[in-house]
Amino acid sequence: MSELTLTVMRLGFLAVLWLFVIVAVQVIRSDLFGTRVTARGSRRGATDRQTQRQAQATPPPQRQQQGGGRRAERGREGRGRRGAPTKLVVSEGTLAGTTVALQGQTITLGRAHDSTIVLDDDYASSRHARIYPDNDGQWIVEDLRSTNGTYLDRTRLTTPTPIPLGAPIRIGKTVIELRK
Amino acid sequence: MAAISPLPNTTPTAIITVGQPSRRNTELILLAFAVVIPCFAYANVGLALDGRMPSGMLGYGIGLGLLAGVGHLAVRRYARYADPVLLPLATLLNGLGLVIIWRLDQSERFRALKTFAPAATHQLLFSALGIALFVAVLVLLKDHRILQRYTYISMALALVLLIAPMFFPPVNGARIWINLPGLGTIQPGEFAKIILAVFFAGYLMVKRDALALASRRFMGLYLPRGRDLGPILAVWAMSILILVFETDLGTSLLFFGMFVVMLYVATERTSWIVFGLLMSAVGAVGVASFESHVQARVTAWLDPFAGWGKSEASEQMAKVLMTFGSGGVSGSGWGQGNSDLIGFAANSDFILATVGEELGLAGTMAFLLLYGLIVERGVRTALAARDPFGKLLAVGLSGAFAIQVFVVAGGVMGLIPLTGMTMPFLAQGGSSVIANWALIAILIKISDTARRPAPVPVNNPDAEMTQVVRP
Repeated sequence: MSELTLTVMRLGFLAVLWLFVIVAVQVIRSDLFGTRVTARGSRRGATDRQTQRQAQATPPPQRQQQGGGRRAERGREGRGRRGAPTKLVVSEGTLAGTTVALQGQTITLGRAHDSTIVLDDDYASSRHARIYPDNDGQWIVEDLRSTNGTYLDRTRLTTPTPIPLGAPIRIGKTVIELRK
Repeated sequence: MAAISPLPNTTPTAIITVGQPSRRNTELILLAFAVVIPCFAYANVGLALDGRMPSGMLGYGIGLGLLAGVGHLAVRRYARYADPVLLPLATLLNGLGLVIIWRLDQSERFRALKTFAPAATHQLLFSALGIALFVAVLVLLKDHRILQRYTYISMALALVLLIAPMFFPPVNGARIWINLPGLGTIQPGEFAKIILAVFFAGYLMVKRDALALASRRFMGLYLPRGRDLGPILAVWAMSILILVFETDLGTSLLFFGMFVVMLYVATERTSWIVFGLLMSAVGAVGVASFESHVQARVTAWLDPFAGWGKSEASEQMAKVLMTFGSGGVSGSGWGQGNSDLIGFAANSDFILATVGEELGLAGTMAFLLLYGLIVERGVRTALAARDPFGKLLAVGLSGAFAIQVFVVAGGVMGLIPLTGMTMPFLAQGGSSVIANWALIAILIKISDTARRPAPVPVNNPDAEMTQVVRP
């Protein structure tokens, strides 16, 4: 083998090895540097925005509509609905910093191992509370007859209650918020 | 829900219905890359040594490809949402380790040694066993939280594994092997690492509030209560005992370090790190003052060249440092170094020296980055996990991995006294490669649970009724 070929191969191998490292870092880029935030829905027409405003302005009558009407309305309201939370953030307690994307699924909270968020909190019951969307996409928190109660802001929950954006839900030492 | 809407993009829940993509195809591409690189290295070694393509090229390439393929299919089937980078990283390190071991097998000087036995084929077999265990863990471990049930059983098992080698004769000055007649030797410490991490995670999850909160403040440090200090003292005593009776500095450092890392993560108290460092310093100094085996290592670390011709440990260390030195920045190229001059253990404990000489600083940095990325993925998995046990287990396993890499690489490079441990995935040794594949499998399983999107929402009949009734 000529000296030149071997030198080329040597440098080539190092280049390929580093290329792999760089590709691997690229794959996990979003984890390392966070996701790039892009403006959404700027292309949407003004009509769309109008329906959104209507939807926001008149929530109570819409709630009373029958099921069929609600379906269609949900389509109109859309994801552009301002103030629709997209994630659930644990802001205090041992799990602080944990986020769960809200995808229309029910989120169960408690000490039970099969909960969506397993609370390691002495004041939490094994099935403590659940958070779910109602048919309008409004997120509801319901206390599942826990021993020490679930608090929204400072009031103890007795019935399923809609969650305002950013309002603290307190379970023992754990505080959970819905954020955009 | 998205399906019933005429405009799927506009339902409130459709924003992220897809959730995080499974990224299995990304993994496949990376994996193909991770198989091609070792094949390139293999061909390069053959061309440099004999001037032609090595004869085992096809078999090696197919073998590694098959192993990677089986691993990938298992992940696709049993851990769909797992981290896409862990498996390719481990495959690449394992593949390159095989190439280095094969390259040392070809060396005439190495063959002349009394202890020589061709190791590459064996290592490929062990890698296959490792992948088999990897697949077995993925299939059998449905949920990592099941491990929580075996907290105290795993403690007992780990103790048995650690104590067992004491009853077997020492090999090269350390009692860390169990000799199974007819089957060969296994190094139980490698498996004890994983099992102990399970115990620590289960124990600390239960006790962490007591450890974090019941403490007095003294000079800016939180002093824990005596009874909470008990377990850390027990682990410390255990690791010192390993050190004394088995003269295995590396393993005891690994276990104690792993426990301190997990304590710190569980309690968020800096005082544990201060205590841990103090106690390991006291233990190391104490043992080094009366254990001759450890003393020789320390002398070799402080001045390797002074002991040339006098002490074997010093001479070995000096040779390793010269190997690194002759590699320079870009190395001598595959198959063109003289790292075989190290002789004994060149393909196990000192395998990084071959990387240092033949790939130089650039290659060594890339290797350390590959290890760093595995650790980063482990810590990332811990952050994403939604249950405390999974968090602690992932931190413990990746912490143990990081400490092992640091202790071995630091020892070989002369940063800390040399300890006999294996470079994960790279070094020759069956137990190490098998245990580390199991470790990666558990991390992959935890990351699968952590990244898995929640099940498709079902319309809740309760919610429907409460809506209708509302005035």
